[in-house]
Amino acid sequence: MQKPHTFDRFLIQRLGISFISLVAAFTMIPIVVVFGYIIFRGVPAISWQFLAAMPRDGMRAGGILPAIVGTFYLTLGTAVFSVPIGIAAAIYLSEYARENWITRLIRIAIINLAGIPSVVYGLFGLGLFVLFLKFGTSILSASLTLSIMTLPVIISAAEEALRAVPQSFRTVSISLGGTRWQTIRKIVLPQALPGIITGVILGLERAAGETAPILFTGAAFFLPHLPNSPLDATMALPYHLFVISTQVPGMPIQIQYGTALVLIVFVLGMNIAATVIRSRARAKRQW
Amino acid sequence: MDKIVIQDLNLQYPTGPQSLKDINLSIPANAITVLFGPAGGGKSSLLRCVNRLNDIIDVKSLTGRILLDGENVLDPKVDVIALRRRVGMVFARPVVLPMSIRENMTYGLELAGEKRKSRLEDAVERGLKHAALWEEVRERLDDPAIALSGGQQQRLCLARVLANQPEVILLDEPTSGLDPISTGKVETALQELKKDYTVVIVPHSVQQAARIADYGAFFLQGELIEAAEGKELFTQPKVKRTEDYVEGRFG
Amino acid sequence: MKKSLTWTETLITAVIKTCGYSAIVFVILIFFFLLREGVPTLAEVKLGELFSTRWYPIEAHYGILPLITGSVIVTVGAMLIAIPFGIGTAVFLSEIAPRWLREILKPLVELLGGLPSVVLGFLGILVLTPYLRILLNLPTGLTALAGALLLGGIAVPTTVSIAEDALDSVPQGYREGALALGATKWQTIWRVTLPAAKSGVLTALMLGIGRTIGETMAVMMVTGNAPVMAVKLSSIVSPVRTMTATIAAEMGEVANGSTYYHVLFFIGLVLFLISLVVNIIASSVVFKSKKRAERVLS
Repeated sequence: MQKPHTFDRFLIQRLGISFISLVAAFTMIPIVVVFGYIIFRGVPAISWQFLAAMPRDGMRAGGILPAIVGTFYLTLGTAVFSVPIGIAAAIYLSEYARENWITRLIRIAIINLAGIPSVVYGLFGLGLFVLFLKFGTSILSASLTLSIMTLPVIISAAEEALRAVPQSFRTVSISLGGTRWQTIRKIVLPQALPGIITGVILGLERAAGETAPILFTGAAFFLPHLPNSPLDATMALPYHLFVISTQVPGMPIQIQYGTALVLIVFVLGMNIAATVIRSRARAKRQW
Repeated sequence: MDKIVIQDLNLQYPTGPQSLKDINLSIPANAITVLFGPAGGGKSSLLRCVNRLNDIIDVKSLTGRILLDGENVLDPKVDVIALRRRVGMVFARPVVLPMSIRENMTYGLELAGEKRKSRLEDAVERGLKHAALWEEVRERLDDPAIALSGGQQQRLCLARVLANQPEVILLDEPTSGLDPISTGKVETALQELKKDYTVVIVPHSVQQAARIADYGAFFLQGELIEAAEGKELFTQPKVKRTEDYVEGRFG
Repeated sequence: MKKSLTWTETLITAVIKTCGYSAIVFVILIFFFLLREGVPTLAEVKLGELFSTRWYPIEAHYGILPLITGSVIVTVGAMLIAIPFGIGTAVFLSEIAPRWLREILKPLVELLGGLPSVVLGFLGILVLTPYLRILLNLPTGLTALAGALLLGGIAVPTTVSIAEDALDSVPQGYREGALALGATKWQTIWRVTLPAAKSGVLTALMLGIGRTIGETMAVMMVTGNAPVMAVKLSSIVSPVRTMTATIAAEMGEVANGSTYYHVLFFIGLVLFLISLVVNIIASSVVFKSKKRAERVLS
């Protein structure tokens, strides 16, 4: 009496699971293909020459050193502004803020900052840093713009890391005569540090790969020499890739793939570093 | 001569019934005073008032006075940091800080700004000895504290408090997670410590209370029912409810 | 010594508090600057003109409707891809895949999430669009479809990541209870686990949508940049232009302070407001669901 019904259910299950697995495969395969293809076609272009020399012939030959250096400077500049403010804000939210309407407002603001389109950040950077504050198209303007964009990522990750530290540590520290800041400085912050560093690296990784925010605030395509000061414009890997793949006729394909590969390695290298730090810290944890 | 005098203490948290109702209690110096009773009696809350640990959580209202050597510790002008060094606390679960044993011991003094190596080393040894832990860990002071057994960790927490050289030691069910041998070690240590300190302890069982109490106070749902000398309270309590609890008729 | 300690601590606490409020300050700052440079548009361009269907700034036609439809069609297309693939993959990772497979695949998905969009756009131009052109016999592969495919690819990692976390945090007891009542694994997933993770999955989708609307480089590189009204079915295989691409492509050639300049900022303002609305909806979904859960569990 019940048999046909049971047969149906399990058949549906087998079909369903196969279907879902297919869907997942369809998602995974393109990922592998994308990476594989870039590596496959980009590796031939990589040489010490490519990485360390200046470009020639309107970027069609030679190396991409200024772009690499530029991305490095921009990442550094972003870190300088976003890391201290981001960590401090996270400390505030985790250790000081009470659950009231203004804290709720701060959280909404953070979510919003995270959701603003990157090109709108570019506009904002143009309006405020380049024009109003007269910093001009410079590493400074671009870094400040990228910093504000990176802030929500760092704050979220850092807050999570701080909250993960057991409350009992704080209670014990206070009961031994510690102030709130002493407790943070001596126990909470050191214990949360690996998680914070992971979050910082992931945030900076995003900043390193962004093009739109630096389009009008700091990126340039053809610069005869490396930047000398934060007020100089700079070349940058993502922008460079964009221009050579869309706006330069006669650009050798190999250089394009090579540039893409360098950018990926730069960005994903950071990703891997963050993952390694995270798992090593988890193993060494004393709680 | 009373070390702590509690006067008309009333405590209310934002949710739930009143935690402490009109508590009047004197705690003598150099003795073990036991605050006992069934769960929800307000005993832990009372301890947390004495070292102002309730400051860090939301409290709806707190009225009354707690006099330590004649001075009211609930006065907002009091230096709470100094207070918490004079009144140390051991919690129910052993909470060792994520550092070495030595660093756990010196933590309190470092908070106070003590930098002299000799002073710190003295405090480490003294505290561990008084908590009856010195012989077991003297060879491995730089090992992480988390490597110790449960009983050892709890004694480390006690030693850590002692390193601060307090005057009062508050203990909130310190042996509730420990095996009988470790419990015994802690109780023995307390008997030694009472000679130099004032000990206030919330025991985890009536039997423990009866074992170690010099003085006792019975709490029931926020009210102080009866307080008397230990022997008297546990063998011939005056109030019926105390007798019922001591004899195990409820709890 | 105590006194100086307190003084330093007060200073540090003040700095921390200021940084805490900084997020609000920045949002307001961004809004203000967009307003400052974007609002003059309303004085310089008639409202009817602004919302007309012709975007041809060289001849002072500033109709932004084509751009809006361009963004919409690409976003909708992307979500049609990201939702099934994102949730499907999340379900696979969380409920079906064996542990070892999950440990390999989850980082792989996160790896894709870290890929800069310009790289995807790059591959889009070189590989995807020629392929589409040949496959679908089109005049050009630079179409809304290409954009939707790329954006879907960009939105999927975010969606998978958050949805998978949401499914993972459904208590094991729910699944065991359903199985004990005789449900198959498949039935458990769709009737018990997924509904239980509803708020997290919705958040994942909203964040995916947010990321899609805001994407600039990949769309700019593959959608063809033709500001036409994208409302016919055939629009999906024709070139379109999104709001984001418009700003990125044209800002560099614009005279500071001109009407054109103001209009681009106005478009930026529109984008800002859209993301504001999406984020508020997303966060209220999370907050509301939490409150309901509290009521149920207490």
